[in-house]
Amino acid sequence: MSVYVVRRTLQALLVLFVMSVLVFAGVYAVGNPVDILINPMADQIEREQAIAALGLDKPLWEQYTTFIEGAVTGDLGRSFVHAAPALGLILERMPATLELASAAMLIAVLLGIPLGLWAGLKPHSFAGRSIMAGSILGFSLPTFWVGLMLIMVFSVMLGWLPSNGRGPTVELLGVPVSFLSLEGWRHLAMPATNLALFKLALLIRLTRAGTREALLQDYVKFARAKGLSNARVILVHVLRNILIPIVTVIGLEFGSVIAFAIVTESVFAWPGMGKLLIDSINLLDRPVIVAYLMVIVTIFIVINLLVDLLYSVLDPRVRLAEAKG
Amino acid sequence: MRGNLLLAVDGLRTHFFTRAGVVKAVDDVSFKLNRGEVLGLVGESGSGKSITGYSIMGLVDPPGRIVGGSIRLSGRELVGLPQEAMRALRGNRVAMIFQDPMMTLNPVMRIDRQMTEAILAHADAGEAAARARARDALVAVGIPSPDERLAAYPHQFSGGMRQRVAIAIALLNRPDLIIADEPTTALDVTIQGQILYEMQKLTRDSGASLIWITHDLSVVAGLADRIAVMYAGRIVEQGSCADVLAAPAHPYTQGLLDSVPSRNPRGARLRQIPGMAPSLMALPEGCAFRDRCPRAGRACAIAPEMEAVGAAEAGRAVRCHHPLVPHTVEDA
Amino acid sequence: MSGAEAPVARAVESPAKRVFADFVANPTAVFGLALLALIVLLAVLAPLVSPQNPYDLAQLDVMDARLPPGSATADGGTFWLGTDDQGRDMLSAIFYGLRISLMVGATSTAFALVIGLTMGLCAAYFGGRVETLIMRVVDIQLSFPAILIALILIAVLGQGTGKVIAALVTIQWAYYARTVRGAALVEKRKEYVEAARCLALPPVRIVFRHLLPNCLPPLIVVATVQVAAAIALEATLSFLGLGLPITEPSLGLLIANGYQYLLSGKYWISFFPGLALLATIVSINLCADQLRDVLNPRLQR
Repeated sequence: MSVYVVRRTLQALLVLFVMSVLVFAGVYAVGNPVDILINPMADQIEREQAIAALGLDKPLWEQYTTFIEGAVTGDLGRSFVHAAPALGLILERMPATLELASAAMLIAVLLGIPLGLWAGLKPHSFAGRSIMAGSILGFSLPTFWVGLMLIMVFSVMLGWLPSNGRGPTVELLGVPVSFLSLEGWRHLAMPATNLALFKLALLIRLTRAGTREALLQDYVKFARAKGLSNARVILVHVLRNILIPIVTVIGLEFGSVIAFAIVTESVFAWPGMGKLLIDSINLLDRPVIVAYLMVIVTIFIVINLLVDLLYSVLDPRVRLAEAKG
Repeated sequence: MRGNLLLAVDGLRTHFFTRAGVVKAVDDVSFKLNRGEVLGLVGESGSGKSITGYSIMGLVDPPGRIVGGSIRLSGRELVGLPQEAMRALRGNRVAMIFQDPMMTLNPVMRIDRQMTEAILAHADAGEAAARARARDALVAVGIPSPDERLAAYPHQFSGGMRQRVAIAIALLNRPDLIIADEPTTALDVTIQGQILYEMQKLTRDSGASLIWITHDLSVVAGLADRIAVMYAGRIVEQGSCADVLAAPAHPYTQGLLDSVPSRNPRGARLRQIPGMAPSLMALPEGCAFRDRCPRAGRACAIAPEMEAVGAAEAGRAVRCHHPLVPHTVEDA
Repeated sequence: MSGAEAPVARAVESPAKRVFADFVANPTAVFGLALLALIVLLAVLAPLVSPQNPYDLAQLDVMDARLPPGSATADGGTFWLGTDDQGRDMLSAIFYGLRISLMVGATSTAFALVIGLTMGLCAAYFGGRVETLIMRVVDIQLSFPAILIALILIAVLGQGTGKVIAALVTIQWAYYARTVRGAALVEKRKEYVEAARCLALPPVRIVFRHLLPNCLPPLIVVATVQVAAAIALEATLSFLGLGLPITEPSLGLLIANGYQYLLSGKYWISFFPGLALLATIVSINLCADQLRDVLNPRLQR
């Protein structure tokens, strides 16, 4: 097991290294690095000073070494707009995004798995068909438009929920969070629901397909033949089997939820790193874009690593195969 | 020990209501089973033998439904029994073993949990007591180092070992009746013999009755006390194993026997039953076997009833107008 | 020779006919197809069916700005869906917006299809290093969400219609490459391809006469889904202000324009373009769902 963990971690580091080369190549070689890294408002003398200071007159590999040295020590350049370290700006906004993404994933899981299970157990019932029709709609609804419609209904027409921002935050272990106050909940409710819709539809479909597949298996019939209650057959025998792929997907999709938060954050003016990215693209604040990129790539690689490890814990077949290999 | 009636199936009909039409998978099936007796339920795939087993277990899934008849276990009617009462019987008084041991055990649960849950579903035994019983059951079916095996997952076992585990689970609550649905078909020939022998020994020791469902007459030959042959959802012949095998009364049974290699002289050509099993949605009028039957005549356009054949005390019956064994002459 | 794999029983019937017959068997799918046909028709005929040309400034009057649905126009007509902040008839703007959204979706899909098909076939046919390289790129790309890749490309490339299409193509090709390679690999292992190779037929011929036709069914399904995804993604980018320029207002941009008026209760500027977008995506997805069933060889016979 520990051999597997070490090997898998080394693999992740390798991918991270490759991605850093790609990001570097994309930003420094494809685009004009001078434009990307130097404030477009600077004059000629400042530009030349900056080029020398940033070492852009040096060969590429040397520049890459400098970039990596900076990256390792947490220096990914300074924001032109905020005049602050880019990485610091991103990390400052990260808790807001993670809170939003976690809330959305929680909604999707808590609703999606039971609904998918129901639709899978009774595929031909009215409820089963309705759930499936709803999931097609969930796939088709443009996230940003749903966000607007939520604001229209719950903020403008009913006046129940605030339309933007995070509301007052409470410090939890030094991290500002919304979910500890009622006002925070009211701010979190709409964006989280909005962000959850797509994943909800995905989880319903996945759970339904898995359930229908599992119900045909002999082990389910055998479990019933043992005289187990229906509840136990479904909640233990069926659910345990379908949960393996579902947990994997939940894990992998968490990264995509963080990415999609860009849209939701823009609609609801949620002060997360996605909104920061959009603002930075609009303001051509390129160091922040590069920093966001490196952070999100790291998040993705870490998530992939964790999901792989979790998968091997959940599925005994994988666990043992890996232990031998 | 014999002669004590355990199971009486009478006029059982289990139909499947599909979009394409009603499939009469089991249509008017009747048989009796005494305590400690072994019944071989023989037929081709699609003859309704497995559905008969599922009907007794109360495990017929929609679109299937028991539409008529009665199933009485120790005098208690099972058809129409409330779900919870049926659940309490399953795995407790009636147990079932399935065909493919690779599929019957849940791949992501340890053996110990799959065994103890079967005990705890029916008795308020403690976790430790249940585990001890599970361990004993593994020993009884001949699994070495049971303590180690309890903590293992199904994929760590061979096919034969998994079927032993399934048998151990079926026997856990000392059921009165075990329904074995072709439990050796998916196994290697050498393992088949071992499992067959174990099953015979274990049911004899526990005094349980056994319904052995198979398409292979040679398997039941050495195992069953009585044989019931099914064709197209009906029992076409039943009687004691020795009688039926020595002198089959139904042309279909004769056909099945002729296609068993070991029963034919060396070098002789194996005879096959001509044609194919009919679709259950489009059965011929009258006797379902008449299209394939060498003895079919005009009388066969009317469906035959189950009638006694041979000596009156033998208790044989056949559903045929032209049986190979003469009908029993009733004493006046 | 190319017909060697055609199922004999179906030989009398052309495959296209059968697919069509199976497709129309599902009323929901027929509804989706009809809706899609209507939408495409409206988009193509936008200049003819629109009450006004929404981008001819001479036809606009600021006095008409932000009128609710059903308001009367100066010349006795009706603004059925209201007007936007510049007095533009929303119905006309939606027809023109559909035109642009569909055009961007279809163009990007067409380019991506050609690139993905070529890459996928190359990977399957040549195998070895070529395959490893192509599929590794595909894998890495597909492990990141489309929106992220699109935003990064836009950030690096800059904005503009061509660049949005380029970004959509870059995202989509990987799906096609993976699909094609999968289908082609299955086909490649079959005997008749081996036989064609033994006959020393030129690779181009084997690829186009034998591998390509068998990759089409799954490819059609993926392409349908991807058109919908491309339209949704373009709308999202435009909404974020990073997509099409204001001179070519797609549905996403129309929705974004209405955002600021939403809070004052003027819902129609965002609502109706969104509805049009939703109808487009739903109709395509309904068709894709049915195509998936009809073209799935496992569900046939």
